[in-house]
Amino acid sequence: MTRRVRMTLLAPALLGLGALFAWAIAGLPRFGDYRGPYGYVLNQIVVPLRHSTNVVMATTFDVRGVDTMGEEFILYAAVLGVTLLLRDEAGAGRVERKTRRLRSDAVRLVGVVMIGGGLLVALWLIAFGYITPGGGFPGGVVFAGAILVLYLIGSHRDYRPFRNEHVLDPVEGIGTGGYVVTGLAALASGTPFLTNLFGYGQTGTLASAGSIGILNAASGIAVTVAMLLLFAEFLETYVAPLEPEDVGS
Amino acid sequence: MNLVATLAPLQAVVFALVALGAPLVVLTRDPLRQALVNSIYGVSLVCLFVVLEAPDPALSMLVVSGIAYPLVILAAVARVRGERRRAKETEDD
Repeated sequence: MTRRVRMTLLAPALLGLGALFAWAIAGLPRFGDYRGPYGYVLNQIVVPLRHSTNVVMATTFDVRGVDTMGEEFILYAAVLGVTLLLRDEAGAGRVERKTRRLRSDAVRLVGVVMIGGGLLVALWLIAFGYITPGGGFPGGVVFAGAILVLYLIGSHRDYRPFRNEHVLDPVEGIGTGGYVVTGLAALASGTPFLTNLFGYGQTGTLASAGSIGILNAASGIAVTVAMLLLFAEFLETYVAPLEPEDVGS
Repeated sequence: MNLVATLAPLQAVVFALVALGAPLVVLTRDPLRQALVNSIYGVSLVCLFVVLEAPDPALSMLVVSGIAYPLVILAAVARVRGERRRAKETEDD
């Protein structure tokens, strides 16, 4: 196809799309306009009912807790898929070469501070998830990200424990399974699945929100390890095979 | 003056930043640079969520655009370049 033909095809398509887009934009509700009743209802009931000051978390882990369990398993399935796709059996016995260690002390110092700060922020995000913004999902990714910095500033050997699937797999099981077990515990005690069994505690303290705290911690563990497994697969598939070439250069 | 009125100019500025940032990401041709520009664009989205008073999505956006997504792109770029290099070496042999 010549450029001219392409342009002749593109022009009417762009015009049509533009017209539809303009129509859609014109039909949007006013900026900041909120119509659904659910947000207002949740804002009214969550703090008195669940003693959790983060309505978003109380919604994800209590009001629609079953959906969040599904989301956790989506992540689990995604990591499983990546692992199955990328697993390179032929390269499994490959000898890992010694990587050059970073020479720059400044970079390593900044890295160490980033690891410490990252872990601290992650723990804070997870622990206070149901009190202030945060929670297991973002907290878990930050936790894993902080550990990944160790790979960037250290060597293969420093990072090895965090890509060892024999360690990671059971922990991932504890995280993902912990969510289900919490739900089943409610079922065993004669209430519906994932009923908030525990005392709601005092609003605004760590001892509040009942089983939301447990579900939050479980998903924090699950997300952290899922990300670590993902990093491990990526590093093994993409980065490690490239390094022997660097030796020659 | 209430909070919403105070935030309105700030929101306008951040909306403009986001609107400027999006084409910048698309117009960057080199994938490696694009990963970086995309991360910066992600930070502008984080600012947008903050000034729209949505801290939870802001945190999620921060970790996705700052940690998870760049890693995937960087890994893919490393792979493609490595294969190209390998192909070139085989030709040389």
